[in-house]
Amino acid sequence: MFRFKSSLVIVALIIAALGLTACGTAPAAAVTPQVIEVERVVEKAVPVEKVIEVVREVPVERQVVVEKEVIREVPVERIVEVEKEVVRVQEVPVEKIVEVEKIVEVVREGDPGTLIVYSGRSESLVGPIIEQFEEVTGINVAVKYGKTGEIAATILEEGGNSPADVFFAQDPGGLGEVANAGLFETLPTSITEKVPTWARSPESEWVGISGRARVVVYNSENLTADQIPTKMEDFTKPEWKGRIGWAPTNGSFQAMVTAMRVTWGEEKTREWLLGIQANEPNVYPKNTPTVAAAGAGEVDVGFVNHYYLYRFLAEEGEEFGARNYHVTDGGPGGIILVAGGGILKSGENKDNAERFFNFMLSTVAQQYFAGQTYEYPLIDGVNTNRLLTPLDEINNPDIDMASLEDLAGTQMMLRDLGILQ
Amino acid sequence: MGAVGWAVIAGRRRLLLGAPPLPALIPALLVGAAMLLPVIYLLVRGASASDQAWDLLFRVRTLETLWRTILLIGCVTALSAAIAVPFAWLTLRTDLPFRRAWTVLAALPLVIPSFVGAFLYISALGPKGLLQSALEATLGVDRLPDMYGLFGATAVLTLLSYPYLFLTVRGSIANLDPATEEASRGLGHGAWSTFFLVTLPQLKPSIAAGSLLVALYTLSEFGAVALLRYNTFTFTIYQQYEGSIDRSIAALLSFVLVIMAVVILLSENYTRGRGRYYRVGGGSARKPSIVKLGRWKWLAIGGMGTVLTLALALPVGVLMFWLIRGVGAGEPLLLLWSATRNSLLVSGAAAVVTAGMAIAMAVLLVRYPSKLNRALEPISFTGYALPGVVVALALVFFGAKYARPLYQTHWLLIFAYAVLFFPVALGSVRSALLQISPRLEDAARSLGHNPLRVMMRVTLPLMRSGVLMGAALVFLLTMKELPATLILGPLGFQTLATSVWSASSEAFFARAAAPALMIILTSSIPMTLLVLREKRTLK
Repeated sequence: MFRFKSSLVIVALIIAALGLTACGTAPAAAVTPQVIEVERVVEKAVPVEKVIEVVREVPVERQVVVEKEVIREVPVERIVEVEKEVVRVQEVPVEKIVEVEKIVEVVREGDPGTLIVYSGRSESLVGPIIEQFEEVTGINVAVKYGKTGEIAATILEEGGNSPADVFFAQDPGGLGEVANAGLFETLPTSITEKVPTWARSPESEWVGISGRARVVVYNSENLTADQIPTKMEDFTKPEWKGRIGWAPTNGSFQAMVTAMRVTWGEEKTREWLLGIQANEPNVYPKNTPTVAAAGAGEVDVGFVNHYYLYRFLAEEGEEFGARNYHVTDGGPGGIILVAGGGILKSGENKDNAERFFNFMLSTVAQQYFAGQTYEYPLIDGVNTNRLLTPLDEINNPDIDMASLEDLAGTQMMLRDLGILQ
Repeated sequence: MGAVGWAVIAGRRRLLLGAPPLPALIPALLVGAAMLLPVIYLLVRGASASDQAWDLLFRVRTLETLWRTILLIGCVTALSAAIAVPFAWLTLRTDLPFRRAWTVLAALPLVIPSFVGAFLYISALGPKGLLQSALEATLGVDRLPDMYGLFGATAVLTLLSYPYLFLTVRGSIANLDPATEEASRGLGHGAWSTFFLVTLPQLKPSIAAGSLLVALYTLSEFGAVALLRYNTFTFTIYQQYEGSIDRSIAALLSFVLVIMAVVILLSENYTRGRGRYYRVGGGSARKPSIVKLGRWKWLAIGGMGTVLTLALALPVGVLMFWLIRGVGAGEPLLLLWSATRNSLLVSGAAAVVTAGMAIAMAVLLVRYPSKLNRALEPISFTGYALPGVVVALALVFFGAKYARPLYQTHWLLIFAYAVLFFPVALGSVRSALLQISPRLEDAARSLGHNPLRVMMRVTLPLMRSGVLMGAALVFLLTMKELPATLILGPLGFQTLATSVWSASSEAFFARAAAPALMIILTSSIPMTLLVLREKRTLK
């Protein structure tokens, strides 16, 4: 009797396991942008007999802009095969239909080889675009995913023995550490000049790939945008006591404090930090829980990166109780930071690594970052996601990423003030 | 009842077995050497620390953090024991209905990764969480008690870690000879006083071993304390790896952790004492009698039900909620086959390897105590007390330099798991060995078997349940391990835990739910098998 019951338990467990796996393996459904209906352009792999060596990449061949107010959801296949040319079309969640055609000439000469990428950016964000890179170039890419800080520490421990070709980091801090250890190769100007000067290291050791804005995320049930201070300084006022959330251990937060030190000077930054500290902020380990707390009304405002909000909106819908606010004073609170990468000296696939950066800074990849990860593209001619405040409407300070390298000094200040342990 | 020369009497039995045989000594020494790697790494990194780093170490705040950490460890361990010991007794020695189902369920919270667990609790019980929303709609409650700080951290860590104690204590109760209890009852003690005067003292080694695991888990835990805003020492260490990376400060701080771990370990040794926990008289143990709970039954069911609702039903419920909401919103789900296979493979391998290492070490520690052996014990616990990231970086340091062919292979990863989780296996294996009378081995020796053969034919079969329990624990811990898997895994290697992390860290909750549920489901299978097997041996 007991044995019978127990076997039932096992059978039930196995059935449940199978059920879960089956549901987990269900074909990936399309992400529906929640705000508007969007014309989705479906891609199809083209069986080209000779794949694939990128000899020349023409980022934007033609851009057709059709203005249209109401849009139905229509899957469209746009695949053109012209001799040795692959035409790819990228999905863009914009009210206007933007067709971006990318022509890649393919001449295959032997094995395209491999590329080893250490990514501090998570697979859910960059996995799809790395897959596209593999598909287009035929290069076999192996990726190690992790947290930026820990991956950087891993590279530092590996030193000259690192198997990695490329380090793709979430923030400039990790890149700076690896650059300071002298482990990065100098990038060719053909790559670095694709992005504005502020978004790369002056020694061309690393280059920004996508932009993220520092914002004030606020609870939209308790506050309206016009009730939020236009500058960070005002958050030290007593009326904000107990209403602020921040994540002082977060690399982007520390980059913002470094920007404050660069623009305001040490004394004012220290005062600001003490002022916020006096307002007894809620401390979160990173951005995601800070945004969650703002949405739940646990805090009224939080200092975070802009894109987390859109994930919550996608997941929980429009009723999610938080929105972003960009400070308007042009101060360091509205700085645009970058995620980016560099090529490691110890790597064995330098050519493929350069191709990786060329691809990530191509229209296709930049369009992906704009559309899928809600980040700001860093090259010209790519539209920002319509959900975001356009870059030229943000009054962001003119600060080079390279001037933010003194993270150690910032951490020292945060420790002195008891904000970090 | 036969000759009863019983009870937990202080006093050491002279061991006449002489020097340890090489098959026991060499593996144990190798294990000890492997466990030294993180310590050597910390020495190398700590040596290059700047004055500034040393200043940071000797600050008042370091002491404050230390105190907070000790406080948390004390609270979590005490509360875990208060939950685990009654649970273990109820599921083995009483007529509680569905005891085996309770056992499996009570062990399962162990497999919920803490970085997800804490987030689940916050979204369920935190401000404006699911519970409050429900209460607000029905009863108009608009504020729940704050779950951040010591209270929340204690509650969440206890719910996630009491199964360590539950499983170790349970294993020990299962092996307990009921003769002492019968003697106590015969001498006029009631069920309660027998439990406190006779049963509980005999459980001391397993309670101590389980508490050690809970305490060290709390010491090295990072994800939950960070989310619950209770800064501990490990959290401080993790901070060094964010943004600008100061590995020498991290090394100095890690040393403090090692020292704390050794102190905890010594207090465990002290608790265990030098008692004897095996039957010395003739005859063999009988089946224990089952206590009729009577009207206490409902209290027992209520208590266990409450704990399990919080520890298991609630996290699983939130995961299901995320999954259903996400699927409803057309969220794509990650492929799980390869991650599941990878998780099962490395966890299984880690369990086998670690259990083997634990057997070698346990035999050496219990049967051949010496000064050298005693030094091996604290060393072997350092891996478990250190944050996963420190151990992983230590193996990167050695692996990339001196073991390049093994670097970023499954082998080094499994080795890392063994370094991290060795003490967990050692705890249950040693508890089992302590309950086996060395006289049985003496008898086998006197009948002409050599020590190795005695080990294979007599000792191992007797300690089988402890070994299996140790292996199962390592399996469950490996299923949810994250930092070492991320840093040391082969390129492109994905497990269920990394899938959960990858999705949840970017707020893709629906995508995180499926692999998290898969971890819980797959881990429940070995637990179920273990409990079923126990039924056979008990009957």
